[in-house]
Amino acid sequence: MATRKKKTAPALVIAEDMTIYNAASHKQRLLDALQATERLEIDLSAVSEIDTAGFQLLVLLKREARRLGKEAQIVAHSEAVRDLLDFYNMAAAFGDPLLIPAAKA
Amino acid sequence: MDEITSVFVTESREQLAALEAALLELENQPGDDDTLNAIFRSAHTIKGGAGVIECGYIVAFTHVVENLLDKLRNAEITLDSDLIALLLACSDHIGNLLGVLEAGAPGPGEDLAAEGEALLARLQRDWLSGEKAASRSGPPAAVPPPIHSSGGSAVETDCWHISLRFGADVLRNGMDPLSFLRYLGTIGRIERLETLTDTLPEAAQMDPESCYLGFEISFSSNADKAAIERVFDFVRDDCALQILPPHSRLADYVALINSLPEDSMRLGEILVRVGALTQAELDEGLAAQHRPPAADAPSAEAEAEAEAPHTQIGEILVEHKVVQPELVEAAVARQKQVTEKKSAEARLIRIQADKLDRLIDLVGELVIAGASVSLLAGKSGSSELIEAASLSSRLVEGIRDAALQLRMVQIGETFNRFNRVVRDTSRELGKDIELVIAGGETELDKSMVEKIGDPLMHLVRNAMDHGLEQPAVREASGKPARGRLELNAFHDSGSIVIEVADDGAGLNRERILAKAVERGLAQPGQTLSDAEVYNLIFEPGFSTAEQVTNISGRGVGMDVVRRNIQGLRGSVEVSSTPGQGSRFAIRLPLTLAIIDGFLVGIGDAAYVIPLDSVVECVELAEEGSGRDYVNLRGEVLPLVRLRQLFAMEGEAPARQNVVVVQYAGTKSGIVVDQLMGEFQTVIKPLGSIFRNIRGIGGSTILGSGEVALILDVQALVQRCANTEEQRTGAAARALPATARA
Repeated sequence: MATRKKKTAPALVIAEDMTIYNAASHKQRLLDALQATERLEIDLSAVSEIDTAGFQLLVLLKREARRLGKEAQIVAHSEAVRDLLDFYNMAAAFGDPLLIPAAKA
Repeated sequence: MDEITSVFVTESREQLAALEAALLELENQPGDDDTLNAIFRSAHTIKGGAGVIECGYIVAFTHVVENLLDKLRNAEITLDSDLIALLLACSDHIGNLLGVLEAGAPGPGEDLAAEGEALLARLQRDWLSGEKAASRSGPPAAVPPPIHSSGGSAVETDCWHISLRFGADVLRNGMDPLSFLRYLGTIGRIERLETLTDTLPEAAQMDPESCYLGFEISFSSNADKAAIERVFDFVRDDCALQILPPHSRLADYVALINSLPEDSMRLGEILVRVGALTQAELDEGLAAQHRPPAADAPSAEAEAEAEAPHTQIGEILVEHKVVQPELVEAAVARQKQVTEKKSAEARLIRIQADKLDRLIDLVGELVIAGASVSLLAGKSGSSELIEAASLSSRLVEGIRDAALQLRMVQIGETFNRFNRVVRDTSRELGKDIELVIAGGETELDKSMVEKIGDPLMHLVRNAMDHGLEQPAVREASGKPARGRLELNAFHDSGSIVIEVADDGAGLNRERILAKAVERGLAQPGQTLSDAEVYNLIFEPGFSTAEQVTNISGRGVGMDVVRRNIQGLRGSVEVSSTPGQGSRFAIRLPLTLAIIDGFLVGIGDAAYVIPLDSVVECVELAEEGSGRDYVNLRGEVLPLVRLRQLFAMEGEAPARQNVVVVQYAGTKSGIVVDQLMGEFQTVIKPLGSIFRNIRGIGGSTILGSGEVALILDVQALVQRCANTEEQRTGAAARALPATARA
């Protein structure tokens, strides 16, 4: 338990939009965070808007993590993120647990 | 109106709503290309749909609007607030035209036609100038390359196959592949979509503002190739687009595979993944091509279709050195996943409202019948029957809740309509107002949503007109110049609360009181609590606005608001802090049709009290039976004696009970003879001759077939509070030194 705790940094929370406008800063931030830990958890539950640029960053991060033998997991999705991953049909490829909102009748 | 027309009208209204929202957004963020594109697409979709149902006048009008939008998009003209106002007017006009279509009229009436002409003339004169013909907008007419079908058997599928590789600069140019693909979804159905990220470079080289994506899409649509190409018009120069029409031969696919940059092995896998259905049928054609008349070729059998085609496509692709066998297996497994996911997605159904109403009616009858069964079972004394009856009544309860749930809609849509209202009104008034919406996902009954619109409109307009001050006044009092108007909704113990709040000046207690005295609604010198004073504004003919504007101030609003809300068995309260704003809270029951009731008896008659409002039941102590209040654990509880209130004959029994009810924070006791327990109640409205009876909210039918009246707790509690008020008021006047209890 203790060793695992050492490796897993607290979840990286992204609270702004993930769009082309701030893609560059997000890229740096995500890669830095991955650099710093073995097992990166990302919390996207507060991302109210994400576009294709933001999506590409997630793809990049996933691939980079795999290349380095690390793990990058999105632990919480906002609806916008979930929608986008669904639309791009990448939810399965990402393999992160997706919470289906209860009241989606 | 035939079905296709009604679908068109419904969908166009949705498009119009989107268009309006986008226009408003554009006003706040001018130069946002995405939004502009969204507007264009909405207009285009409406025009296209109108063309399909051959509604000439909508096509004609929308066409000109679309021309204008196209010019906007090409930056030939710039957007200003005049143009937005004009476009909003156009969107309203399209809405009116849809109304004409809906009403089944052959064409717009004179007034409407004149309005349309005027709008078109303005568009033409101010924005499109004379060179209209030369710059006939619209996407360059893409001439579809003729599709050769050179021998070989074709597949039977309806799916197009689209290969897309976006150029690096797409994102930087402000275009998002997502919006094109979503738009593609509006002219047909994206059956499968695979995202290719192979060209994404190493992290160090990856430019976050470049686009590296490609897509393989299986797409079913009745649109022609030109229409599909047109979707990608805006990025035509910036992307590699290949479209294979339905019924293409495998050779075409192989050609496609060879022409695309990714390695062909991976592409083969992706094609299988994308084109499940297409491929299965394509296989059939292929089997015929590669083998003698195949008796074992997959025919109608579902089983065979599921298994055989995949192995065949596998063989063929392997033969073509396209795919390795294990890749195919992986693809098949993936296909299955995708199919399952797709079936989960198809979960929205459009239903006609009257079918739903019929269901609710039937459920209501079922509840009554169920109650009758329970009653008889109870009388029979057979424990097995009682058990069966209680099981079925539990199920009925479940059905009731589920059926009512069907009618629940989110209030967000109603709220969003106010964006436009706030925008228009704030212009008119010269105020800067921001609308903040919260709790839009709160659900309530559809019929309620429809009826709450008008009262909300009154409150919002009032808040903007009377509540929020002019920017200069606001700044002088140290507040931000921009006023804030909040719409908020949330659930609260069996009811829904909708709040309209502003951060304006607040209600002026002195002025309201003065006005009330002037109108004879209050006595001079009468001691009133703040809440009582504020609630005076709901009295008929009450307005304190010094100026009557055409938005509000004529004093016909607030009493109508209260009446409408009471008509929905709801209530409205107001609270206010001088200088900080006021807050109107509308409290509504969740549904109009069926409630959980608490059955009580007086003499031979039965009454139902809505269970939501019941707090507890206590026995009426004998020594207190002469007074109109009791001591409930140190609290003064005013009593309503139904026997006296309804002038019922007969003597009260020796032991009476008090049902303690609560409404909006005020408690009262209702004195009854008997407590008969919980009871599911289907509310039947009273006839209009009983409309003015206070204290009765409706009627219901008991299991025994008898009628029970449903008590209107709100009216009773209020009545109680009023009597109390008068008494303490009189006491206060008689003994000025005595503090109010």
